[in-house]
Amino acid sequence: MADLTSNFIGIKSPNPFWLASAPPTDKEYNVRRAYEAGWGGVVWKTLGMEGPPVVNVNGPRYGAIWGADRRLLGLNNIELITDRPLEVNLREMKAVKRDYPDRALIASIMVPCEEEAWRAILPHVEDTGADGIELNFGCPHGMAERGMGSAVGQVPEYIEMVTRWCKQYTRMPVIVKLTPNITNVIYPAAAAKRGGADAVSLINTINSITSVDLDAFSPEPMIDGKGTHGGYCGPAVKPIALNMVAEIARHADTRGIPISGIGGITTWRDAAEFMTLGAGNVQVCTAAMTYGFKIVQEMISGLSDYMDSKGMTSVDEVVGRAVPNVTDWNQLNLNYVAKAKIDQDLCISCGRCFAACEDTSHQAIAMSEDRTFTVIEEECVACNLCVNVCPVEDCITLEAMTPGQTDPRTGLVVDGDYANWTTHPNNPSATAAE
Amino acid sequence: MTTDVFEPGIRAGRLAAGTYEAEFSDLHPPLDSHEALVAADRCYFCHDAPCMTACPTDIDIPLFIRQIATGTPDAAAKTILSQNILGGMCARVCPTETLCEEVCVREVAEGKPVLIGQLQRYATDHLQAQGKHPFVRAARTEKTVAIVGAGPAGLSCAHRLAMLGHDVVVLDARPKPGGLNEYGIATYKTTDGFAQAEVDWLMQIGGIVIRHGVALGRDVTLEGLQKDFDAVFLGMGLGGVNALDAPGADKQGVVDAVDFIADLRQADDLAQVPIGRDVVVIGGGMTAVDAAVQAKLLGALNVTLAYRRGRDRMNASRFEQDLAASQGVRIVTHVVPVAVHGNGAVREIEFEYVDDAMKGTGQMLRLPADQVFRAIGQTLEGDGLPALDGRKIRVDAAGRTSVSGVWAGGDCTGGGEDLTVTAVAQGRDAAMDIHKALVG
Repeated sequence: MADLTSNFIGIKSPNPFWLASAPPTDKEYNVRRAYEAGWGGVVWKTLGMEGPPVVNVNGPRYGAIWGADRRLLGLNNIELITDRPLEVNLREMKAVKRDYPDRALIASIMVPCEEEAWRAILPHVEDTGADGIELNFGCPHGMAERGMGSAVGQVPEYIEMVTRWCKQYTRMPVIVKLTPNITNVIYPAAAAKRGGADAVSLINTINSITSVDLDAFSPEPMIDGKGTHGGYCGPAVKPIALNMVAEIARHADTRGIPISGIGGITTWRDAAEFMTLGAGNVQVCTAAMTYGFKIVQEMISGLSDYMDSKGMTSVDEVVGRAVPNVTDWNQLNLNYVAKAKIDQDLCISCGRCFAACEDTSHQAIAMSEDRTFTVIEEECVACNLCVNVCPVEDCITLEAMTPGQTDPRTGLVVDGDYANWTTHPNNPSATAAE
Repeated sequence: MTTDVFEPGIRAGRLAAGTYEAEFSDLHPPLDSHEALVAADRCYFCHDAPCMTACPTDIDIPLFIRQIATGTPDAAAKTILSQNILGGMCARVCPTETLCEEVCVREVAEGKPVLIGQLQRYATDHLQAQGKHPFVRAARTEKTVAIVGAGPAGLSCAHRLAMLGHDVVVLDARPKPGGLNEYGIATYKTTDGFAQAEVDWLMQIGGIVIRHGVALGRDVTLEGLQKDFDAVFLGMGLGGVNALDAPGADKQGVVDAVDFIADLRQADDLAQVPIGRDVVVIGGGMTAVDAAVQAKLLGALNVTLAYRRGRDRMNASRFEQDLAASQGVRIVTHVVPVAVHGNGAVREIEFEYVDDAMKGTGQMLRLPADQVFRAIGQTLEGDGLPALDGRKIRVDAAGRTSVSGVWAGGDCTGGGEDLTVTAVAQGRDAAMDIHKALVG
């Protein structure tokens, strides 16, 4: 079994799977059970400043969308930061960390955007023995209305300023949690880097309305006839998160800053994908809220088996492996030509490829009287839609043409050399090929 | 098990009181709403779907399943019922394993078709449980049509004609409407009086009158009907039963399977329905299986289904055969009855084994039997009918007979597979042609 030991910005944990700051990590009872279940680390539910804690609604806090068999695909929530007194959380964190010294314990913090507020809370957190802090600049609901959470995360200058304060007032590593509710994630990530952050974590939840009650005409979740936007999470947000992680990993202004990947991670495979795109570790919430803490066992065995199959002995070998292959569109090889191919032995003749191609694409699939479906190579642009709508895995594949063959669609011979848009004759600003 | 099961002879109450209801309960319990959503989600919404092509009534199956999946089962029901007004009964009795579900791409790919029949029942039950009738009768045309037989073909024809504004009178020899839906189908396929409830629901369209106890040839004549009505549709099914051609076939205890099935359906108390200890059913169709399975459910100790050819030649589908086998019915093939033995009442039935060409082998089989059910086919009865094609009324694709102004459909005509669903299709299509003839 591969060694899954993780060292993320100096914070050690037996595996790279942490529970994200969220409802599951709001109290000692949960966190102890999470550690017992095998989680490598926990980011404690966000602490606020001293004094009367926030209050939550007493109606539904979560909304959801489902797939077949009511499989939870997306969740949104309007829960605020911890609604328990600061001193209770600090006492419990200290007790837990004492009993589980080998596990990572991170404190998520959100206090007003004032230097004094941050200066005041940091020593208390440090006193718990926590391994690090995560600045919650991501929470998109409720707290943002009070000038915190994503209201800070949407202003790079604030991110830089607060990060600088934290680095100044604590020796603990500082992770800045980023909101996806921005136009370009590079700006807040670069600001965190400038402020001296040890790492960024992303994504926090996405502003969302999951559904509308068509009888009450109210967004869900509905509280006494009204609803508000909440933070969207779960499997549905993973593609958005993967892209943002990859952008930070490859952009000149942010490259090299450690990343804790978050967003819809449900299985070991999701976790591995985040790591290959540059995440040093991952944080999980919705999957645990859906299935319980035990899922970490599958994540551990799955990642371990994968690493064994690749001959990898350390999680660091996974991290960033796919980053060099993330590129801009204008760098894609336009001389690469593929054609869809339908495996007639696997085809079940449902005709979905035909309907999709005929109605919405390139009319590149033929249907015979006896429901045999074949690709018309003269029309096929290899768009992949037929592959995506086919219910049978590997029945339709895209096969690359060999250089020297003639593309029946264009009548041009496939060129084995690489050529992209930047040099293409149709590009008005093309640079001359060398 | 009560000791009564071992008692020879034809006796009622072989099972412990109170167990009958469970024995005869729904063969396929209805899907609940979550099961329906899960089942519906398996549909691939195929292009030009094979299931649609396989349905004799051309129901848009992918569309109705998508309507279920999106939480609009009443819209799904309307999609079904607009093609097949007896979609509720067909959902229960159609041999889907040889129709829509046989060609479902998921059956082909993985041996597990989308549960089309059960989904159809889910949708139609959902609508009919609310008493909703989704169709509205057109303005009256003042045209009148007589329909002979209140079975699937006649009811389907009647509803469509009534919907188009014609006045319809349905004549039926039996005291209740429904035809084979009411008298000819195993109890466990249509429980809780569904056949009558469906007719009541269908009649909400208005413009249909059913007269019971009226038989063609006995109480009315075709000429008389033609005189009194603008058009006539014949959908009286098959009234006669093929005789058993063997010495001793007239002995007590040798009866028609269709009568047994009908009596069972009409019984108020199943514990009062007598059944033999050793029962032999002769035949290989749906009627034979329905009789054999129900004999077993009534507490018969030994039930044998005896068929003259191999299992692959049986009209009963493989699913039906397996159902019988799972209930403990023994299926014996390649046998023809040669004699019924007994002193007044049947005690034994003797068969000869035959080869695939039905040639006798000289090898004999004797089975103890205190009850023998004949299920070897039914025949069309009556004089003064339109021209026949073989032993059934000849019709063209639109249901027209050799007599102008007279249409026919269902089991009394050739061409169909003697299925409820084909009868419904023929009744509907004849109605459209009658409508065209009446209003131009």
